[in-house]
Amino acid sequence: MSVAQRSRPELPRVPAMTVLAYHLTGYRRTWRAGVFSSFLLPTLTVLGFGLGVGGYVDQGVNGVPYLEWIVPGLLASTALQVAIAESTFPVFANFQWTRSYTAQNAAPLRVGDIVAGHLAFVLFRAVTASAAFLLVTTLLGAVASAWAVLTLPVVALLALAVAAPTFGYAAAVSSDSWLAMLFRFAVIPTTLFAGVFFPVESLPGGLRHLAYATPLWHAVDLCRAAMLGAPPQWSVPGHLLYLAAWAVGGWALAVRRFRRRLVV
Amino acid sequence: MSKGAAAVGGRRYGRPVTSTAPLIRARGLVKRFGAFTAVDGIDVDVHPGEAFGFLGPNGAGKSSTMRMVGCISPPSGGELRILGMDPVRDGPAIRARLGVCPQLDNLDPDLTVRENLTTYARYFGVPRRTARERAAELLDFVQLTERADSRVEPLSGGMKRRLTIARALVNEPDVVLLDEPTTGLDPQARHLVWERLFRLKQQGVTLVLTTHYMDEAEQLCDRLVVMDGGRIVAEGSPRALIERHSTREVVELRFAAESQEAFAGKLDGLAERVEVLPDRILLYVADGDTAVTQVEARGLTPAAVLVRRSSLEDVFLHLTGRTLVD
Ligand SMILES: Nc1ncnc2c1ncn2[C@@H]1O[C@H](COP(=O)(O)OP(=O)(O)OP(=O)(O)O)[C@@H](O)[C@H]1O
Ligand SMILES: [Mg+2]
Repeated sequence: MSVAQRSRPELPRVPAMTVLAYHLTGYRRTWRAGVFSSFLLPTLTVLGFGLGVGGYVDQGVNGVPYLEWIVPGLLASTALQVAIAESTFPVFANFQWTRSYTAQNAAPLRVGDIVAGHLAFVLFRAVTASAAFLLVTTLLGAVASAWAVLTLPVVALLALAVAAPTFGYAAAVSSDSWLAMLFRFAVIPTTLFAGVFFPVESLPGGLRHLAYATPLWHAVDLCRAAMLGAPPQWSVPGHLLYLAAWAVGGWALAVRRFRRRLVV
Repeated sequence: MSKGAAAVGGRRYGRPVTSTAPLIRARGLVKRFGAFTAVDGIDVDVHPGEAFGFLGPNGAGKSSTMRMVGCISPPSGGELRILGMDPVRDGPAIRARLGVCPQLDNLDPDLTVRENLTTYARYFGVPRRTARERAAELLDFVQLTERADSRVEPLSGGMKRRLTIARALVNEPDVVLLDEPTTGLDPQARHLVWERLFRLKQQGVTLVLTTHYMDEAEQLCDRLVVMDGGRIVAEGSPRALIERHSTREVVELRFAAESQEAFAGKLDGLAERVEVLPDRILLYVADGDTAVTQVEARGLTPAAVLVRRSSLEDVFLHLTGRTLVD
């Protein structure tokens, strides 16, 4: 058999899809363990914050019952948590421990395909977790408007906005303790101060501007507008463009960092 | 193409001329990491159907070379063509036709044995169905069918290695790159791998491998280069290398004393070459038995004497001044 005569399959039209398929294959094995927590967690938060804390917030926020007010915020913060959790240790592991990226790099994939395929998986995880959250909160009667479905594209954009730069970060750090630092100094403060639990306006000036700079605040404001039917505090295209800028900038960073790690 | 080129000495050659051009061609190939030069200007040609070996001690630059050939590491200098293409520009097109077994396994420990093959096949555009069929055939080929549906994590090192080799074949590659395919395997697992690689070779697959093992190189390689410090120090078939760089036989003498060194001076003129190692002395000679008689005639009484045929190991020792650590 001559080498020249061998017939060869066409390379995949969208190579990143085959990378996504790989990540989904692994997820098929573990999703059951996660599904419980993605339903339990919203139930507990709604009970704890909405009913528990809400019981002390008699007048609600801006005339909206506290439970209804925080659900959009919790939804966006769920997307953020999942997106970041899925782009820290898993990305680090694929470089350092399982070396899956190295394996993919030896196949006819480009660095961009490897990043895009994994990012698509993170997006899938964030959106399905958010959808589960939405479903549970709706069943618990904490969602008032059908416009709430508009929150899903918003949290998808938020997930990309935070996952892409986190990919770059996780590809650049030399030890996994840097990943724990990211949670401690970025994710937790963001979740606390970006308007999820209380209005950003109640923060002192400097902190308030920091909160406005976080992608989370922009997503929270959009989600809240969609779910409560109230006008957002900032322009809708402005919010979307700001989140998109994070996603695009993060993508550029991630591809750069991945290339530096994989092409040596 | 002239008729004369196709019919040499009255025999017609079946292969088209393009396929007898080297599949891999390197000229003055260099790889630098910062100021450090890992591969220092090597020339290599690998032809279709050949089994080609890189032999060398730790740090010789074997893996660095393999990674450049695998189009995942851009050359720092020189010229490199693989399957007639440029590895930097045509990386994906070349990699589509290569199979790679890296020095360190990078299987997914959480997927099953079978899933490792099917997910990998998809990167090459192998349709799902074909991927499943091929995975089954390959698992049979590397004798892992019984473990097809178990996770990779608990497999033994030898099983993982065989799976990595199977994975390198999912795209029916024209060239398979194997970086130390049998390092760390027990003798039985090693023989199984050799036997499978030999079968691939018989099917016309071009093999490029690196190894520390002389017997591996002798068994598998049609041609090999010995690398040391980023350079090629010798090239040829295993037989030719032994003939050129060693004698027909080697006598190994082990003296009971602390230092073998003390005896070296007393062996002058007995051999073409004398090599003193920490634990023994090697005499390179045409006729081992004659040499042993002469040693005894000088009143020397080594604790152990071994006469053997010369091997690649001796070539290696001669060229690099080092024994290979297995
Ligand atoms: N990414 C890298 N950055 C810096 N130096 C490197 C890198 N990769 C390899 N080297 C250096 O290049 C030299 C050659 O390494 P290489 O891995 O090619 O050797 P090798 O012949 O495969 O050795 P071994 O038999 O131990 O696998 C070594 O000194 C190594 O430290
Ligand atoms: Mg090596």
